Amino acid sequence: MSNSEARRFSPSEIELDRRAFRLARKRKSTTLVAFVSTILFAVVAWLSLVNSPGWPRVEQSFFNLETAIEALPAVLEGLMLNLRVLLYSAIGVLVVGLTLALLRTLRSPIFTPIRLLARGYVDLFRGLPLIIVLYLVGFGIPGLRLEFLGRIPVEVLGTLALTLTYSAYVAEVFRAGIEAVHPSQRLAARSLGLSYSQTMRLVVLPQAFRKVAPPLMNDFVSLQKDVGLISVLGAVDAVRAAQIEVAQFANFTPYVVSGLLFVLLAIPTVRAADYVTTRLAKREQAGGVL
Amino acid sequence: MSKLESPKDLGPLILNVKGVRKNFEDKEVLKGIDLEVYRGQIVALIGSSGSGKSTLLRSVNLIEEISDGQILLNDVDISDPRVNQDEVRRQIGLVFQAFNLFAHLSILENITLALRHVQGLTAAEAKSRALVLLERIGLAEKADEYPDKLSGGQQQRTAIIRAVALNPTLLLLDEVTSALDPELVGEVLELIKDLKASGTSILMATHELSFARDVADWVVFLDGGVIIEEGPAKDFFENPQMPRTKEFLQRLRSRAGEQ
Repeated sequence: MSNSEARRFSPSEIELDRRAFRLARKRKSTTLVAFVSTILFAVVAWLSLVNSPGWPRVEQSFFNLETAIEALPAVLEGLMLNLRVLLYSAIGVLVVGLTLALLRTLRSPIFTPIRLLARGYVDLFRGLPLIIVLYLVGFGIPGLRLEFLGRIPVEVLGTLALTLTYSAYVAEVFRAGIEAVHPSQRLAARSLGLSYSQTMRLVVLPQAFRKVAPPLMNDFVSLQKDVGLISVLGAVDAVRAAQIEVAQFANFTPYVVSGLLFVLLAIPTVRAADYVTTRLAKREQAGGVL
Repeated sequence: MSKLESPKDLGPLILNVKGVRKNFEDKEVLKGIDLEVYRGQIVALIGSSGSGKSTLLRSVNLIEEISDGQILLNDVDISDPRVNQDEVRRQIGLVFQAFNLFAHLSILENITLALRHVQGLTAAEAKSRALVLLERIGLAEKADEYPDKLSGGQQQRTAIIRAVALNPTLLLLDEVTSALDPELVGEVLELIKDLKASGTSILMATHELSFARDVADWVVFLDGGVIIEEGPAKDFFENPQMPRTKEFLQRLRSRAGEQ
């Protein structure tokens, strides 16, 4: 109601002049300059690409439409495996990461060994290259010859390796979020008689989740493309399927196809992450107009 | 005032603080505090910052562990580590200087959270109880707003009601008006007056001398971790005995006069 009242006043000369100037500047800078520079850049990039001496060969072996169409079904089928691995490892990462973060925030001296263990885990898996973890888990665990487990499918081993690695990253994100919730919130909850675990569950974690949503989604985007690495274990995912097609056609186009599919997969998540980040920033009204 | 001079007129003893000491490392913050709160009373703690008021309140709510002495709530020694601390905190409400409303919950949910998860009410029961209380402080229309949309005074009144909703045996108020703009102090003090009228027992740290004089039953002046002087509110303010008390009151009054 106060808003509509505010809108009804007629702006002064000075304000009108300021608005006209801002509008002109905005038009000039965002619309015209952005448009021209984008087109110019695209044209230059395209021309220098197609005029390079080896372009016809590259075009033939990387961007061959026929091969792309032939390879698409197999690559798509492989992508379904990536999506399944993504789903299970994302769930696993959330559970394990959150558990690790909670263990690291325990204060009582009784929990010191657990806390240290959690810290050691995070240090180890944040440092280890994912591909090494994939090799160790993918070839090491079957090597143990645990007969009662039967033959473990490679995609399960891949999911396990991804979960192990990403849980360490996500644990750090969660821990930062938990610590970013002001201690006074905890105090208020405990003084109302809520227990430690109720305080965590009902007061601290909901606020922590909100704070870490953007970095969490960034990790999800990374995970989305890293699921392609399970191909090193021989799982027939999008990347491996592309590799098979590449060998069959003696043409690299299937790699490009699978790459594009991963990009298409990532775009909605990336946009969602951007959206969440801006919304949070707006809610906290941090920077004013800057 | 006279009722405090003849103990037989007093209600039952709610809080009995006996010789409480508190050290932080080698710094002694409370050096043997004796204090009593009877049912329906308001006891006001006054004293400059660092005198130990907050530490005393936090000790009573078991947020701080005392170094010596005893705290009895309804004759039960709550400073005994064998008592269930969550259980004790359920009986004692604490309201902070900075409100500490839960930022991710609406005003209504702030109040219903403990009603549901501590007292075990259903969502519907908790909601209707919370709405009655919000109605009482004139904030029923704001029930679905988030704390950051409310003024400081409204937030603090919500925080007080959040504690009162659990029907605490004792309510602790830690300088609840100190973070408020002067024009918002009145509405919070009004609510406290209202609570007293409905029989709530309150122990409050405050800088509002005139409020303490008008509403408190008993005033305790704390300085350097010891009680310098205490007495019925009217006596205390009209006829302070100790030089340090006189000096403190004078300092606060001259500052109030400047404004």
